[in-house]
Amino acid sequence: MNFGVIQFPGSNCDQDAYHALADILGQHTRYIWHKDTTLGDVDCVVVPGGFSYGDYLRTGAIACFSPAMKAVIAHAESGGLVLGICNGFQILCEAHLLPGALIRNRGLKFRCEHIHVRVETTASPFTNACRKGQVLRIPIAHGEGSYFAEPSVIEQLKREDRILLRYCTKDGAITDAANPNGSLDNIAGICNERRNVFGLMPHPERASELLLGSEDGKLIFNSILQHAKAGRHEAVSVR
Amino acid sequence: MPKKTVLDPQGKTVKHALESMDFKGIKDVRIGKFMEIELEGGNKAELQKKIDEACHKLLSNPVIEEYTFEIQ
Repeated sequence: MNFGVIQFPGSNCDQDAYHALADILGQHTRYIWHKDTTLGDVDCVVVPGGFSYGDYLRTGAIACFSPAMKAVIAHAESGGLVLGICNGFQILCEAHLLPGALIRNRGLKFRCEHIHVRVETTASPFTNACRKGQVLRIPIAHGEGSYFAEPSVIEQLKREDRILLRYCTKDGAITDAANPNGSLDNIAGICNERRNVFGLMPHPERASELLLGSEDGKLIFNSILQHAKAGRHEAVSVR
Repeated sequence: MPKKTVLDPQGKTVKHALESMDFKGIKDVRIGKFMEIELEGGNKAELQKKIDEACHKLLSNPVIEEYTFEIQ
């Protein structure tokens, strides 16, 4: 599979994402500079974490107008896979590829720690290698990760089974104490209506090898590979 | 400005600080942004339209914020 990792001025998880995809999962991976206007032959594009454009104005606000993001929007609209991690999630919301917004953490603190998230659905290209209800231990590192959307949007996300991950205790209970940032409904990650765009605040790329304390994040990437493999089989059977 | 329905933890913290300093009667504090933009040319109606579009597309996020502006 061909992966692309976008690099904005201020991205700082681009190399972590590259390492996870290229070195751990052994996939063809390349960087895409923010000024690039095309993504080339990329099947899945990763919008990584960091502080794109210094977080000026609002997190993700400037990045979503960059040439590379125009190409990412076109890629998403044609059904290509898009994974936005942390600042990448904020950018996808600002670009309207995902609904809602990520605002300042409830406690005003930058939270940098391992947390637990529960897989709410396996019906997505990003969670199909997980079990429904499976608890993943993955780190977060953000100051603005509190997910907000109007109540009607939250209802729609629930109805359409688009909440993929929610913050939980290590036993999988969805509690307020397990919510690190005040996200509505403990939302940690959502997908779009077409289910090909996924944004999440936790960092699966930092939890993809045991050396780093957890390899639960690898399940997200394995899901993407599994989805692509299933797609190829489908294409073959159609022929 | 953050919408009324959006939690503003900064505003809340400042409210508590004001109260602890004995400033009485503070009902709510909300913190937003103030921008000054220098313009040139164009008539006021055109500028009004242009700035409104800029506020909507970039300067604010309508999901969480409301904006007002005046042209002097």
